[in-house]
Amino acid sequence: MDTNQGTPAMMDDTLPLSRTADGGPRIDCRNIEVFYGEARAIHEVSMSFPDRAVTALIGPSGCGKSTFLRCLNRMNDTIENCRVEGQILMDGENINDPDVDPVLLRSRVGMVFQKPNPFPKSIFDNIAYGPRIHGLANGREDLDAIVEKSLRRAGLWEEVKDRLAAPGTSLSGGQQQRLCIARAIAVQPEVILMDEPCSALDPIATARIEELIDELRNRYCIVIVTHSMQQAARVSQRTAFFHLGNLIELGDTNQIFTNPREKRTEDYITGRFG
Amino acid sequence: MTDKARKSAPSAASAKHLKRRRAADFRFRYYGLTAIFVALGALAVLVLTIGSQAVSAATYHVVRYEVTLDPAVIAPEGASSPQDISRNVEGFYSLVRDNLLTTFPEVGEDRMLRREISDFVTRLAVLPTARMVAEKPELVGANITLTAPLNDDLDLYLKGQGVRERKLPAGVLSRIETGAEGTYRLSGTDAFAGVMAGLAVANVDRPVDAGQPDVLLSAGVSTGRLTAIDAGSARMELLTGRAEDFAQGRPTARIIASPESERTISDRQIAWVLALKEMGRIDRVPRWTLLTNSDSTYPELAGGLAAIVGSLLTMLITAMVAMPIGILAAVYLEEFAPRNRVTEFIEVNINNLAAVPSIVFGLLGAALYINFLGMPRSAPLVGGLVLALMTFPVVIIASRAALKAVPPSVRSGALAVGASQMQTVFHHVVPLAAPGILTGAILGMARALGETAPLLLIGMVAFVGDVPRSPTDESTVMPVLIFSWANNAERSWEPLTSAMIIILLTFLLVMNGLVVFLRRKYERRW
Amino acid sequence: MSEHIVSAYSEELERLSSDIMKMGGMVETMITDASLALVSNDLELAKKVVARDPLVDAIESDAERQIVSLIARRQPMGHDLRMILSAMKISSELERIGDLSKNIAKRTQRLDDHVNAEMRNAIMRMAQPVSRQLNNVLNAYAAGSADKAKAVWESDDDIDNHYNSVFREMLTYLVEDPRRITAGAHMLFMAKNLERIGDHCTNIAEFVYYQVVGDYLSELERPKQEQL
Repeated sequence: MDTNQGTPAMMDDTLPLSRTADGGPRIDCRNIEVFYGEARAIHEVSMSFPDRAVTALIGPSGCGKSTFLRCLNRMNDTIENCRVEGQILMDGENINDPDVDPVLLRSRVGMVFQKPNPFPKSIFDNIAYGPRIHGLANGREDLDAIVEKSLRRAGLWEEVKDRLAAPGTSLSGGQQQRLCIARAIAVQPEVILMDEPCSALDPIATARIEELIDELRNRYCIVIVTHSMQQAARVSQRTAFFHLGNLIELGDTNQIFTNPREKRTEDYITGRFG
Repeated sequence: MTDKARKSAPSAASAKHLKRRRAADFRFRYYGLTAIFVALGALAVLVLTIGSQAVSAATYHVVRYEVTLDPAVIAPEGASSPQDISRNVEGFYSLVRDNLLTTFPEVGEDRMLRREISDFVTRLAVLPTARMVAEKPELVGANITLTAPLNDDLDLYLKGQGVRERKLPAGVLSRIETGAEGTYRLSGTDAFAGVMAGLAVANVDRPVDAGQPDVLLSAGVSTGRLTAIDAGSARMELLTGRAEDFAQGRPTARIIASPESERTISDRQIAWVLALKEMGRIDRVPRWTLLTNSDSTYPELAGGLAAIVGSLLTMLITAMVAMPIGILAAVYLEEFAPRNRVTEFIEVNINNLAAVPSIVFGLLGAALYINFLGMPRSAPLVGGLVLALMTFPVVIIASRAALKAVPPSVRSGALAVGASQMQTVFHHVVPLAAPGILTGAILGMARALGETAPLLLIGMVAFVGDVPRSPTDESTVMPVLIFSWANNAERSWEPLTSAMIIILLTFLLVMNGLVVFLRRKYERRW
Repeated sequence: MSEHIVSAYSEELERLSSDIMKMGGMVETMITDASLALVSNDLELAKKVVARDPLVDAIESDAERQIVSLIARRQPMGHDLRMILSAMKISSELERIGDLSKNIAKRTQRLDDHVNAEMRNAIMRMAQPVSRQLNNVLNAYAAGSADKAKAVWESDDDIDNHYNSVFREMLTYLVEDPRRITAGAHMLFMAKNLERIGDHCTNIAEFVYYQVVGDYLSELERPKQEQL
């Protein structure tokens, strides 16, 4: 991860040519298994997530896509009885190793949740909190710059630049979600995980977020869990279909939605499940 | 697709259900309102009863004495330093007594009368004046007005409590004949005769001390006692003043219900106090000493300052001990502790502790702090520690509830941004739970403020005359003071007890009001 | 294929599919009747064929409307998406076949007396395989059979060969008797129409294959990248 040497790479406007050392996937998962107590929720899933692209995880309720997503930033650690096995490789390092500090990891792999959850603080403090605790800013000016950049990247700057002291909860639902995205961006992650980010939003707000995702994918590896196949189809380049904790099919989005290879995938996307 | 037949008018069956439901709603509201009214009614009765008694304690009578600060009396040779002056109770007291003797010369040398007039003022009542003169020694030799509270029984009498009397205007006297030994024969016009006739009928035999009510007659500064009454005339023994006053003024008859032998104040004392009142030397002033004096054996000098300070010191200790430890324990149990048998066991026990009778904590405190650790008895330090033990469970339970109420989305948001567990809890969860935690803590404090039993067991029941200056000084607390005042026999303690109760309730009200205010101001909606 | 959870969706797809089949059936009859009318010089039959064409057009417009509605409302995916897109293309091909058949019938009506039975039979000999081709491809559609579609697609060359031989044959007849030129010209056009009907059938076969398999017949020769 970039340390404080000059302007960290992520906040630079010139895009680095390639951020993974060998041009390979940003995250490579091998044989992931997740257990809740004795019950197995995820069965030997292996897949990788390419950099600077959006990968969508789709599947019916309870299929394990959110559980799998949470493995990528070790949020499952906070759940009692939850055990994650397997390797999750980022830059050759297995982040599922107990020696890896999940706190540091979560500044590299950010997350946006289904229901927008801004901190009950001011808009400024919402964004500034992460950089502060990770020591990413030297002084107030740095912090101001980070906040502005993050809000600009999230497409929220123009709407809130005059009221940065207003509470984060005073914004509309769509704005709150963009605030949460800005908050995730502020700690300069490499990966952004999104767990059904639009399910609580109206169509216009949803469209704005999808546009934002389109812009963000030029800089980050994005993994999005969604219930809406149309959204997955619109927004992602790669799609993975999960069912009952198994990865059924993984492929280019176009191919999954026009000509899936597995019958279960076909049944799901055409609405023949059940 | 609406069923055209249904529209908005319900069918017969559903109409009956609707009616029944509405009746149930109405009944429920009725029960609720009734319950509220009963509770409020009980509260009103409590407050009114205590309040009405307390009101009479809020003011008292003080007497003004014009005295000359004779240096020979108050600062004699060998004892003239300010410190000596401030302690020269006898000297100042003698000034007051001499003033009274001068005012009422009929006392003369009669030992009994001298004693009666000495009772007017308690010796210690002159202490504030002594201290004041000690601070301004230049006043020695000057004339000052010394104000001292009246004897508690006389104070009650003037307020119409204690000794009961019935007043009647007694018409106009037409004739006063001097009789033997300072007695006079009075006769008057129809009004007077009518009153006498009424009194005579009511009191057939009128020897003075035979268990019958006394009848006094007062006019201006003079008062006399009627020794024989028959229709149209009466024989009067002059207690104070001059007989001529009766002819000039309009006398008032005072019928005192209990005979002198059963009272703590004599007829003569009543006569004197009425005279002083007529002279304008008695004022009724607010009783600030209730708050500025400490406890005393004399009701008119008694105040709750020591107890108030003691309560505050005890509360301070309790707060300093119970709040940090309780809140941190709650944070640990709620946010950090793993869910296993041990923590469950702890949780169950905390809940049980909250229900333990408070006196048990007193026993624990006595055994642990006083016997085992050798801490001083009756000190706010020990009292505070005992109450802290009692308040822990309340604080822990309320804090945990407040922490539980913070939605998990806040925690997720903080964790996702890379905050550690500690940072998440202390930067995000605790600030959001703070109003609830504070509410719980203040409620715990309010409960501790009103506790009596555990503090009795650690010895806080002793009479404490000095205001405690540190947590290790001997002290008492308000509820215990109330308890001990309520146990005193004399009537004059009753209004004081009620007044002290009102003061305690005010403290509690303020604390609860603070809770409501804090909750309103800082409660967040997510 | 199991049913959609929303049964109305399945019903709408069913309706579209049967409309295509209906069109196919009507068009098939048109070819058969047109060639029969030509061979037996049955002008009444020819008129019937001409009258049928507007009905075919009507079904095609209706199918188009259904398709637009399905795309807007159902956001079809996977097989349903391919089926709907193929239906759009197939209906258009069928409509063209209908037009070409009508054209043949019309020309039949305008033939003069200088045409002889051999000329008619020559055309008939081409009409039969074309008719079979159409029949096969419609069967492939009804059965959802990629193999049958592929077979049709592969026999396109046969039709072309047929056309070439009929063309040459017709020319000999014309050379024999120049008075036959008008009729001969019509017949050449009819042959050309039949050849184009054959092309349309090949197209239909490609769409059927795409609908079933999801790949393009025209790309079959190139080796495919193995999907991850």
